[in-house]
Order: sequence, then structure tokens, then C-alpha cells
Amino acid sequence: MTVATQTLILCARVLRNLARQPIWIAVMIVQPMFWLLLYSQLFKRITDLPGFGGVSYVDYLTPGVAIMTAFFSGSWAGMGMIEDLDRGVLERFLATPASRAAIVFGRILQAAIIATLQALLILLVGLLLGARNGGIVGWMVILLAAFLTAAGFAGLSHGIALRTRQEASMIAVAQFISLPLLFFSSLLIARALIPDWMQTASLLNPVEWAVRAARGEAIPGTGWDEMGTFLLLLGGFLALTTIFATRSFRSYQRTL
Amino acid sequence: MDAIVVDGLEKTYGRGVRALDGIRFSVPEGEVFGLLGPNGAGKSTTVRILATLTTADAGTATVAGHDVAREAGAVRRAIGYVPQASGVDREATGHENLILQGRLQGMRRPDLERRSADLLETFGLSDKATALVKTYSGGMKRRLDVAMGLVHRPKVLFLDEPTTGLDPEARAAMWEELEALASAERLTILLTTHYLEEADRLARRVAIVSKGKVVVEGTPESLKSELRGDAVTVELDGTDTDRAADIARELVGVHEVTKDGRRIHLRVDQGAQAVPVILAALDNAGSGVQSVTVSRPSLDDVYLHHTGRDFRADDGEQR
Repeated sequence: MTVATQTLILCARVLRNLARQPIWIAVMIVQPMFWLLLYSQLFKRITDLPGFGGVSYVDYLTPGVAIMTAFFSGSWAGMGMIEDLDRGVLERFLATPASRAAIVFGRILQAAIIATLQALLILLVGLLLGARNGGIVGWMVILLAAFLTAAGFAGLSHGIALRTRQEASMIAVAQFISLPLLFFSSLLIARALIPDWMQTASLLNPVEWAVRAARGEAIPGTGWDEMGTFLLLLGGFLALTTIFATRSFRSYQRTL
Repeated sequence: MDAIVVDGLEKTYGRGVRALDGIRFSVPEGEVFGLLGPNGAGKSTTVRILATLTTADAGTATVAGHDVAREAGAVRRAIGYVPQASGVDREATGHENLILQGRLQGMRRPDLERRSADLLETFGLSDKATALVKTYSGGMKRRLDVAMGLVHRPKVLFLDEPTTGLDPEARAAMWEELEALASAERLTILLTTHYLEEADRLARRVAIVSKGKVVVEGTPESLKSELRGDAVTVELDGTDTDRAADIARELVGVHEVTKDGRRIHLRVDQGAQAVPVILAALDNAGSGVQSVTVSRPSLDDVYLHHTGRDFRADDGEQR
């Protein structure tokens, strides 16, 4: 059996278990809509400031909320791994011929699928609020960016989960990284309004790469070279964190 | 042919804890073999190495003819592993758990569905096949655990503490299942337990493990018959255990005296005859006796005999 088949089997298992939790489903649906409505009201007049290039704030915000949701889902994905670890489920998988990589890939894929569905929902709500987000191509880019962002951060999160093996540590790390990464980006605010040094620093931030790629089609004057570069960077980030997560298995297995 | 050969495995954990210190034993095909020892003796570590979950620092081991370090994939296809920490998915049904396990083992659907139905039947879980595992009782969950280890028809089954945490009734039921299993399927079973009674009842041969080594190995009967006569345990009021032990040692018919906290353990030819003599001698010497028990030799006594320590006291020490 191939790694791809195993990945799908393991991913389907988690999605099936989640589908049985109505409260979880409700929160996953309501939360991004809540962000979108809340921020679009809170910052309604922000586009009066220069730097937004004549784009409405809803147009500006929708890709941002899609990325933010993906980034959060990814960052917290490791909690599921810790649960499997505590309950011995992981140990059980490891004693089968299933590939170690598939165990990580299945979990990463699950986070990415959820985030993509959430991004789609956000785009639909945005559309109701009047945000076109660059049409079909724009939507495809936003969905791809959300997928890569959730997957990339899920890799990081699973790696940390396998190394810390404790919920409290996992929560601490996720919280520690989430707000700085959020604010060192143009997710909520136009880049022109961010101090120069923060703009420079934000170029090292995968969240910023995702936002810049996702917003590309909606903001006039953004070229495919820029969007393509950011998407590639995101892909590189995903590759790195996936390797990190897979390697973290060794660290976990040393404790067995 | 031996289904399991363990030769001189050593393992030290990061913090300098020496879990295995040259453990060595072998299990012929089709046998139920028990690794018996207190918590922290190295049983689970041994099983984890054999199940390819972790590696040894030194020594070699083969399972079903495959080296656990070099041919991990072949070992994983040949074994069923039932970990101490369960490992069932509580948010899934019993049926889904079996199917997932079978698919990860590379089984095909029609065969897998049949096998899973058979196992649910065998383990009395058919009624609950489509219920989420979190609604199962402890005993049912454990039975599903064992069924999951068997789904791909392994040659070797590892059962790590199969009845720990079960109430006495569920434990007795599990023992019956395991006994039936051992006789029905042509399966080699390596069982770890810290219940002497469990090893006595289920295992054809037993290795007693202490501090990462096999202390003694044999059938439960042969181990017990090595010990001559009955076991007498005298609990003192704690004034002077040393002197009481010395007095007991001088008595006729007493072969062996071991001290253990406030208790002394004696081995005597005939328990019923020896007790009055022992009590009189201790009374004369002014030692206060709190209780006396006489028993036929048990694996408990075998452990005491070979390690010089009381099994229950050692079992309290966690790794």
C-alpha cells in the first residue's frame, strides 16, 4: 500500500471523528464568519486612510480572514496528535507497516482540508458583503494559499506536539507564535501603514507570504511574479515543516 | 523453530535509567510465554523493542525469523501489538477501529470485513460493533484492543499488561478469552504482567524479570516445585526483626529465611507443624507477632526466592 493511500486512510479517520462533533462543526463555521463581520465593522473607516488603493475594506479583509483562520487551525493541529499520543493510538499505528510519514501527512492534510473549506465559506460570506476577491482566479489563489498555510503551520504544530508531548506546552507555544505572526503582517492593515522596519521583518513571516499571495488578485497592480513567489515560499515553508514533523517522530520514539 | 529470540538486549534511557540489562529468552512457535515482573522491571521496554517501536542500545532480537532492527517492516507485518495504554480510537466505533487497523496492515476490504465480523463475534462485541468506543466498558474496550491486534492474523501477538486496570470480573472474562485464543489460533503470545496469578494461569512458560534481566525461567509448575515445602510469613510488631530471623533460622525444618521490612518469610517442610514451633520460639524470645500466614508455594515465593525481595513491595516502585 502506498504512502498516499495510507495518508488518505488516516486523514479520513480524523475527518470522520470530527464530523461527529456538532459543536466543533458549529464553531468552525461560525468563527470565521464572526471574524469577518466583526473586523469589517470595527475597521470600517480604515480605508479612508491612504494605502488601500481604493479597495473596499471587505475586499481587503476577506482574504486576510481566510488566511488567519487557516493559520490558527494549522497552529492548533498538534493538539490532535497529543490526544492520539496520550491514548496510545499513535503507538498502535507505529506498530503497523504504515509509513511514519503517512501518519504525519494524514494529519497535515486534514488541517489543510478543513482550512480550505473554511476559506471557501469566508469567500461566500464576503461575496454577500460585496467582496469579489478577484473572481475565479482570485478565489483559487486564496484557497490554495489557505491550504498551504494551514498545512505548513500544521506541520510545525505536529512537530512541536511530538517533541513536547504535553498539552500545556503545546498551547503555550501556539499562543506564543500566533499573535506576533499575526501582527507582523499586513493581514489586517495596508502595508503602507506599517512602519518600514516591520514591513521588512514581515518578509520573513509565512503569514505575510500567504496574505500577499491571497490578496494579489484583488489589489490592482499586483503581478503574478509577486504572487507566484509568495506561493512558492509557502510551498517551501510547508516542505520544511513537514520534514520537521516527520523527524520529530524519532524524538518521540526515543521516549518509548 | 523459535518465534521470538531475545539475546542480550540492553537499553538505557536518557536520564540514565537502565531499563534493560542484557535480557535474554526465547519463545517457541505456538507457545504462550509470560514475562513476569514488577512495574519498571523492563517488560514493556522489551515488548516495545520487539514491536519495533524503539531500538535497543545493544543485543539482538528476532521475531518470526526477522531481525527487529534491520527488518522492521517484515516484523510489523508479522506481529499484533496490544499496548498497555490501550490504543483504541474512542471517537470511532469498534468496527471502524478494526477496519482501520486492518487497512494499515494492507488488508483488502472483503476479507477484512469478514475478519472483523468474526473477531467482533469471538470477543462478544457484535452488539456494540457500530457504537462509539467511548460508550464501551473497560472490559469491552480491552477486548476490542486484543481483537485489533489479531485482525491481520499475525504470527506473534504481544499483550502488554492485558488486564491491568480491569475489575476482577472483567479480568476473569479476559482470561477466558485469552485461553480460548491460545488454543484456537496457531499463535505465539508474549504476555507481560505484574499479576502473578495471571502468569500462572495463562502462560505455559514464565520468565521472571527484575531490573532488566531474566532472573529465572521455566514452567510455573517447575518454578514452584523448585521451592521445597510451604511458605510461612510472619509479621512482627517491628521491635527486632533481625533477632527474630536469627531465632527462626535455628529451628528444625526451616530451610530458608528472608527478611523484608517488618516481615520474615520462611520456607518449611510442613506448614501446619512448623507454625506452633515458630510461634513458641518467637514468643520465648519476646518478639511480638502480629500475624502468620501459611501458603503453598506461589510465583510470589519464586520471585522472593530469586531476588530476595517481596514482589508487591517492588511493584510499588514505578519507573
